[in-house]
Amino acid sequence: MIHFENVTKAYPNQGRPALENVDLDVEKGEFVFLVGPSGSGKSTFLRLVLKEERPTDGRIHVAGKDLARLTNWKVPHLRRRIGCVFQDFRLLPNKNVYQNIAFALEVIGKPRRFIRKVVPEVIDLVGLEGKRDRMPDELSGGEQQRVAMARAFVNRPMILLADEPTGNIDPATSIGIMKVLDRINRTGTTVVMATHDAAIVDSMRKRVIELEYGKVVRDQSRGVYGQAY
Amino acid sequence: MRAQFVFHEVWIGLRRNLTMTIALVVVVAISLSLLGTGMLFVKQVDNSRSYLQGRFQLSVYLCTAVPSSTQCAHNGPATDSQRAQISQTLKSLPQVANVTYIPQARAVKEFKAEFAQDPSLANDTPAADIPDSFELKLKNTQADEGSVAATVDGMPGVDQIVDDSSILNKFYKLVDGARNAVVVIAIILIIAAILLVANTIRLSAFNRRRETSIMRLVGASNFYVQLPFLVEGMIAGVFGWLVASGLLIVVKSLWLDGLQQYFPFNVQLNTADLVEVIVLAMIIGVLLCGTTSFLTLRRYLRV
Repeated sequence: MIHFENVTKAYPNQGRPALENVDLDVEKGEFVFLVGPSGSGKSTFLRLVLKEERPTDGRIHVAGKDLARLTNWKVPHLRRRIGCVFQDFRLLPNKNVYQNIAFALEVIGKPRRFIRKVVPEVIDLVGLEGKRDRMPDELSGGEQQRVAMARAFVNRPMILLADEPTGNIDPATSIGIMKVLDRINRTGTTVVMATHDAAIVDSMRKRVIELEYGKVVRDQSRGVYGQAY
Repeated sequence: MRAQFVFHEVWIGLRRNLTMTIALVVVVAISLSLLGTGMLFVKQVDNSRSYLQGRFQLSVYLCTAVPSSTQCAHNGPATDSQRAQISQTLKSLPQVANVTYIPQARAVKEFKAEFAQDPSLANDTPAADIPDSFELKLKNTQADEGSVAATVDGMPGVDQIVDDSSILNKFYKLVDGARNAVVVIAIILIIAAILLVANTIRLSAFNRRRETSIMRLVGASNFYVQLPFLVEGMIAGVFGWLVASGLLIVVKSLWLDGLQQYFPFNVQLNTADLVEVIVLAMIIGVLLCGTTSFLTLRRYLRV
């Protein structure tokens, strides 16, 4: 599903590359934690998968596509197969729960009938039944993140990228978030989650890829966050 | 493609940017109406120029008893045989389309009629001062003026040769200057309008950066991301054009049509001229706003 082959990403005017000779494979349906300190290259990895950045060297395949050979105007089609969740939720403050989720479908031109059908389904999936008319500022952080996950998943992507989704959320609420991610993963969606949260990584017992200074220092199935932290 | 969605986004964009949008509409309106006025002016001038040029050309004045050139002083007033000679020479020239002899009596009458409002000048000018003349129409004014003038210049009985269009040209230089000033101001304003469009779109893109970043993230096509902004710019252009059309109609009916009283012949622009200018202004306005928005967006809404 995600295939990195000797990928290096160097930003101009920076001594050390953000990613250096990274080789890794994420299979379809996997759940992967991407761990490592700030600046270790986690975000760069996610941006490369989305083709928001281009690698300096190496090849990247996502969902069977060679990103180097993907023309700019086809990038949106790649992104329709990838859902994204962020630490800061990135909801539209002037739209309610339903509208925020529907927005993701409206802007890719889905018919209204389809939107009316699938949005309530995904609201149920993330556990926000009865809150479809709330505005984001009327929701708790955990609920807002559920809306963001619903928006990321509503188009049934093959891959879900989560960049520290529990970063702004207290540990008790985080468990609920992880349950939703797990539920999404069980539908067959590949999930890649970058995180700092050792407790969550340890409790999930999923594959862990650790980055340090842009290099993969550990790749362990059923791993934990690591002794160093 | 969901038109309703796009127009909803456009509406939000225009409303959030209201002051900027108004400024844009005003500047587009003023620049388009000035440009349109310039174009109407050009048409007006062309109308009168083609009329006048068809009318006047070369005048060959003959010597009178009151000599005004050394040649006349030497030879005395033109004699009948000289007159016949000159007439024949002129008629034989292939460049000349038409020769009209204006005898002194007729010239005096015309002179008095022209200066009817200023009788003192008319009365103080002795009839003897007004010469007989030949008025020529040339087949090709620009090319043949010089050669025709040179042929008859210096013939016995010829006093001076006056190129009527050179007098008109002074007048037209003035008119052209005024027109150029209008067009230059219009061009400066159009540049201002372009910068304003770019700024408005930039501001609009900044205001909606959350929406656009999410749109890009969930895989909206570039077209879908950019369309609302493009439509926003073009709508401002259309509103500006509507105001400009109104102003142009006012300019034509109040000001340019008022010029008619200063001309003894029809110089009035017809409605087709006005419609042509207004349509041209629309094309320029919409194209200007659309292109500028598009180019601005390419810079600010990259994939």
